[in-house]
Amino acid sequence: MTRKTKANVGVVIVSHSSKVAEGAADMVRQMVGDAVPLAFTGGNADGGLGTDVAAILAAIDRAWTPAGVVILVDLGGAETNSEMALEMLDDGRRGRVAVCNAPIVEGAVIAATEASGGSPLETVKRMAEELSPQ
Amino acid sequence: MTVSETPVIASALLTNEVGLHARPAVKLTQLAKSFGATVELALATEGPWVDAKSPVKIMRVKAPKGALLHFRAWGGDADAAVGALVDLVERGFDEEAANGVNGA
Repeated sequence: MTRKTKANVGVVIVSHSSKVAEGAADMVRQMVGDAVPLAFTGGNADGGLGTDVAAILAAIDRAWTPAGVVILVDLGGAETNSEMALEMLDDGRRGRVAVCNAPIVEGAVIAATEASGGSPLETVKRMAEELSPQ
Repeated sequence: MTVSETPVIASALLTNEVGLHARPAVKLTQLAKSFGATVELALATEGPWVDAKSPVKIMRVKAPKGALLHFRAWGGDADAAVGALVDLVERGFDEEAANGVNGA
C-alpha cells in the first residue's frame, strides 16, 4: 500500500493543566508510538491553570501536517480558546483543523491510533467522538 | 455486511495478563489497519463481530486473559492479515518487552 508515504493527521492536546497535557501526551507516545505528529499545551501565560490562545496556535504549528490536525480539549476554556486559535489560522489551514468532542486522554489515544493508520481528518475526529455516549 | 466470498478464519488464545486492554487494543488495530482486507474480531464464532480496525470498538470488547479471540477477514491480503493478528496475540502483544509500566 502507498498510504504510508502520505502524512498522518497530527494530534494537539490542550488542557488547563500543563501536567495533564504532558501526561496525556506521554500516554499517546507510549501506546501509539511516533507515527503521529503530537503537541501539547497546558496552563496560561503566567504558568497557572488555564489555556492560552498563542500557545495553542504554537502547538498546532508543531503538530501540523498537510493532512491536518485534531485538537483534544478538557474543560470549557480549552475549547473556546482552541476555537479562537482556529479562527486565527489562515483560510488554507482552518479547514484542516478539528476540535474533537471527546474525553481528552482517551480521545487523544484513540485519535492518534486512528491517525497512525493513515485515516483522513474526518475519520480521526469521528473515531475519537465515538467514545462519547451517543 | 454482505459477504460474497468465504472469509479467512482463525483464532488465538489471549494470554497476556491485562487482557485486551488499551495498549494491546491499540497494537491490534494498528496492525489490522496495515492490511487492505476487511478484518473483524469476535469472542465467539457466532459473533457479534466487530471491526478490528476500530480502536474504540476493540477496546469495548474488553476481552479478559484466557479468552479465545476469533478473527475473520475478506480481501486480497486476508490470509496475511489473519496470520499477523493471530501471531500478535500469540506473542502476548510483545508485552514482555514493553517498558515495565504495569497499570492497574
